[in-house]
Amino acid sequence: MTGNQIPQKLTQWPDERGRFGDYGGRFVPEILMPAIHELELEYEKARNDPSFFATLEELNREYTGRPNPLTLADRLTAYAGGAKIYLKREDLNHTGAHKINNVLGQLLLARRMGKKRIIAETGAGQHGVATATVAAKFGLDCIVYMGEVDTGRQRLNVFRMEYLGTKVVPVVSGSKTLKDAINEAIRDWVTNVESTFYCIGSVVGMHPYPMMVRDFQSIIGEETKRQHLEKEGRLPDALVACVGGGSNAMGMFYPFINDKSVAMHGVEAGGRGSGVGDHAATLSYGEPGILHGMLTYMLQTDDGQVGDVHSISAGLDYPGVGPEHSWLKDTGRAQYTSVTDAEALEAMVLLSKTEGIIPALESAHAVAYAVKLAGTMSPDKSVVICLSGRGDKDMEAVFDMVAKGGEK
Amino acid sequence: MNNLRGTLEAKRTKNRKILSIYLTAGYPDLQATVPLLKAIVDAGADLIELGVPFSDPQADGPVIQEASHKALEAGTTVGAIFPILKEFRRYSSVPVILMGYANPFMKYGWQRIVKDAAEAGANGFIIPDLPPEESDEFAVLCHDAGLDLIFLVSPVTTPERIEKINELTTGFIYAVSITGVTGVRQSLPPATHAFLKRLRQQTSHPALVGFGVANAESAQILAEESDGVIIGSAIIRRISEAESTQEACTSVGSFIREIRSALGENE
Repeated sequence: MTGNQIPQKLTQWPDERGRFGDYGGRFVPEILMPAIHELELEYEKARNDPSFFATLEELNREYTGRPNPLTLADRLTAYAGGAKIYLKREDLNHTGAHKINNVLGQLLLARRMGKKRIIAETGAGQHGVATATVAAKFGLDCIVYMGEVDTGRQRLNVFRMEYLGTKVVPVVSGSKTLKDAINEAIRDWVTNVESTFYCIGSVVGMHPYPMMVRDFQSIIGEETKRQHLEKEGRLPDALVACVGGGSNAMGMFYPFINDKSVAMHGVEAGGRGSGVGDHAATLSYGEPGILHGMLTYMLQTDDGQVGDVHSISAGLDYPGVGPEHSWLKDTGRAQYTSVTDAEALEAMVLLSKTEGIIPALESAHAVAYAVKLAGTMSPDKSVVICLSGRGDKDMEAVFDMVAKGGEK
Repeated sequence: MNNLRGTLEAKRTKNRKILSIYLTAGYPDLQATVPLLKAIVDAGADLIELGVPFSDPQADGPVIQEASHKALEAGTTVGAIFPILKEFRRYSSVPVILMGYANPFMKYGWQRIVKDAAEAGANGFIIPDLPPEESDEFAVLCHDAGLDLIFLVSPVTTPERIEKINELTTGFIYAVSITGVTGVRQSLPPATHAFLKRLRQQTSHPALVGFGVANAESAQILAEESDGVIIGSAIIRRISEAESTQEACTSVGSFIREIRSALGENE
């Protein structure tokens, strides 16, 4: 299966209004409308141009190192005591996470469109690092907005971005985390709309981003499908991925949507409890609303203000979620659940000690749930975890927490 | 009868410039809003845009962001705005447009917000993140309640789109002077003037210019190429510098009088 097959699938969802069922859309200031229409048009042209996907495929292979393996986690499987557990190794990509799949696609498009100034938001810093990396490779100017809380807990990634020649702007408005970084990036975009390409890091925001980012991330699920067929001669029984905005999950799920035998589980950040401000489990506790240009499940107050969120992992610390996930939840095609900070930390240690793989805190959420799930399934079944990123970036924060005798 | 359209048409017929003033409801606190509204109309505003605060105001610059944040901290809710508006209506019939982001309105309920706004004496809505593509159902609700729904255009809006928005907007067209967020600018680019000229030729509704109007001088220049101006951040800044509501009213009042006189006095 190759990237050239992406175009055919796009005819299904979203519709021409950018809606997945009721979700999605284009709830943006008028200033951005021409830019969004232009982007939609240019993406349409690009996806009908075989040379665009040929270039993307080459970069995925020669620069990112794809395809990455589908690793059988035999000791973790033994620990869980049930279904076979496989790990889709997005942690082995260049820059250490799945984020680069999307960035390569978007910046190729930016280059086609003649946009020389790239802006991006970042939470954990993985998307920021991926954007800074590809901007350096393509010789583009890059500015990354990052909440001040996150620049504090992800110092290493700030340094990496700066080292790659990107300007990192700490965002001090609102809660000083990912959602505020997106607000600030949108403010930049409305100001510099004619010169600037906004490289959104997840399947969120206004149409066409949720669709476009999903398409670029679908390589995760496509490779998984092929690799699992090779190893097991059939499709997996369940897929498990963490969901913040939801791009690694969407990329893993999308190629399997029509394979009804494959269960899909999105795992959100349950934080330290179910109270408002204690978690970032949007689909588990939220309700539909309008945020960052899309109609989707979100966490909000009784008065419609965006809710405070908490997660141990900066990459899941977001009060919204991609609109296609909202639709998958309502249709029942995917199930969404959450695991706590403490469970994620335990899973991080567990995977490290059983498999010699240190996962990102975000991915550790998926590991925690998958171990529970596999334990309830028989040994002839299989579960694939999307191991969306590696944990090096979290070592300092985890070290501090352990030194303090637990999380804050 | 629609007070907003009547007011604007009357001004336009007499070739008078329209002055619209933006105020964040509940800033710096809920008690200050009615006195400030009174001071604003007493000083000669033709129209008020009453901002409904939101936690994540994407189209706003730092000044209005801060005002929204303070208003929310002071306990301002969507529902708290209607008693304020009713109280103001006992004093003045100057049109009031509610300006806010989509989510607090959606959470309050689209039907309920229209009903309560109409009952409280509001004249319409401006919702920056509800472009024509997403506003079909809300536009019908507004129309049925006799409320206006005002759309925005910007210097990057294509001529075809301006035409479409001219058909959809009611009351007036909100012309965003520059690409960017709200906030005072020391000067505006030449493109602004070309845009306003183009807009005038293409549209039938009154066009009011907002974003970046700093003082009497810039108000006068922009009003020459349009039907009037909208001033927000420059007002909010004066309120933030005042030490009491009374001082804020005095400061805002004298600033508006200055603008009013530059634009030409009301009769």
